[in-house]
Amino acid sequence: MSTRIAVIDPDRERALLIVDGLKEAGENDIHVIGDDTGVARRLAEINPDIVLIDLENPSRDVMEQVAHASGAMERPVAMFVDRSDEGMIRSAIEAGVSAYVVDGLRKERIKPVLEAAIARFHSIARLRAELDATKAALAERKILDRAKGILMKAKGLSEEEAYGALRRAAMDQNRKISEIAQSIVTAAELLK
Amino acid sequence: MSVERGQGEIVCGFIPLTDCATLVVAREFGFAAEEGVDLVLRREASWSNIRDKMALGLFDAAHMLAPMPLAMSLGLSAFAAPIHAPFVLSVNGDVFGVSQALASRISAAQGSVFFDEPRLAADALASAADRRPLRVGVPWLFSMHTVLTDYWLGRCGFDLDREIALNVVPPPFMSEALAAGEIDLFCVGEPWGSAAGESGAGALVLSAASIWSFAPEKVLGVGEPLLRDRPETLAALLRALYRAAEWASRPMHRGAIAEVLSRPEYVDAPAELIERALSGSLIVSGAGEVRNTPRALELFGSAATFPWRSQAAWIAARLVDRHGLDADLAARASDVFRPDVYRSAVSRIAPNLPAASAKLEGAMPQAVEAPGVSGSLRLGPDQFFDESVFDPNQL
Repeated sequence: MSTRIAVIDPDRERALLIVDGLKEAGENDIHVIGDDTGVARRLAEINPDIVLIDLENPSRDVMEQVAHASGAMERPVAMFVDRSDEGMIRSAIEAGVSAYVVDGLRKERIKPVLEAAIARFHSIARLRAELDATKAALAERKILDRAKGILMKAKGLSEEEAYGALRRAAMDQNRKISEIAQSIVTAAELLK
Repeated sequence: MSVERGQGEIVCGFIPLTDCATLVVAREFGFAAEEGVDLVLRREASWSNIRDKMALGLFDAAHMLAPMPLAMSLGLSAFAAPIHAPFVLSVNGDVFGVSQALASRISAAQGSVFFDEPRLAADALASAADRRPLRVGVPWLFSMHTVLTDYWLGRCGFDLDREIALNVVPPPFMSEALAAGEIDLFCVGEPWGSAAGESGAGALVLSAASIWSFAPEKVLGVGEPLLRDRPETLAALLRALYRAAEWASRPMHRGAIAEVLSRPEYVDAPAELIERALSGSLIVSGAGEVRNTPRALELFGSAATFPWRSQAAWIAARLVDRHGLDADLAARASDVFRPDVYRSAVSRIAPNLPAASAKLEGAMPQAVEAPGVSGSLRLGPDQFFDESVFDPNQL
């Protein structure tokens, strides 16, 4: 018997990554709810065994009401607050995901789903961090190129000399080379 | 379970709303640092997250809806945990509005929509609404929004079980929910009420202050580990918040506060909208109609930061009543407001605190000079629209 899972996430890309992870974890029937409005209605249609929701999603409070007042769904839904398994709840919250399960769903069906979701959330967080770092590095690179260009033009330096000048200034002032580059770009813009 | 913290470090969750101002001011304008507190603010997307992270000890403290610590200690919401409220972060600040469809019918019949008078607004609503139950959008189940909605409509003759249905809608989605026809009425904190008014998706009918003119709206919720294991750090935080609230309440600082609050890591909304909310100027309709409300959002005046046990008792009485709990629980639940903790921390910098820790709620139609610990101090106005008076000793 497959477990019916609803994933509430307006971020389509991330939702797909989670769906993949859940498929690998077992025979699951997975539905994604991407809209911010109408969450309660969609949940009633899907009638899931487990609901997974990203903690960055404000709709979590809507889910909370659905779980609290089971009227919106055919079956009563209780939040997954098994005190004996606080470790797993904590791991889920720290990973950025919250899970709601129908009352009476067996633990051996909940555990693999939650473990897969936690693993996916961790890997998504890592991917995002890498992407942010890459973006920041690219931005720094651009600023550095502009600062070199400004020095080359103003002082008639070669590219290598301009880089050397930036590096010396950074070492003398005990600052990052990117900070020196940023100061030069800012100053040049003001002096335009 | 708790997490290791650095010296003076307090990790505090908040929700992006105008009334997180005191926390942000304490951090950004140096009040926390001057008290030796490293106040780390963590923005959260939902009240459920705040509750879970408090219960699990991931946060030491948090910006909380005033009924939240009570609901958590009454076991009304998942993750029961003892949470204390030693400081009130804001009084009033919520607004009520209706969908555009209802607004058109009300204005055709009455000539206007913004009444700011609960009985008139309820009557207009009763005759204009073409469906029952009326679907009311509120941010969370255990909030002043739901408590005041129930109090207002219940006392104006609506049958709360049959004629009113509460729908949780996150504040930033209120306009969308109105436009999508999912709710008829809503209660939300600023700037989201004015945002709904300005968008034309709905129109405002009341400020919540017209229902109860001195309603504690948000409190600082504090977990057991901070209260028990680091009382000096907590006391330092309360002093920082007191001084931050006093500074933030001065009209000349509103512009600077709105500017900081508008940043993406805080409220992430236009500074103009936040500044209006701080000054109590509401955008009531899509036509840009602006109305000023008295006592809109109070951060400091009239001893607003003092956690009266009687306020907690009033809220507890409403929760117990609505959820059919044992009446004995109300008295116990109201112990979560901690005027004793407030006093021992704040009296060092502000000796003239209220002499009592509980009062008759709703008994001050006008502001009065009340007894303080050293001299008199100004309290109120504090009145319910139906002129009832609540005696906390009745519990």
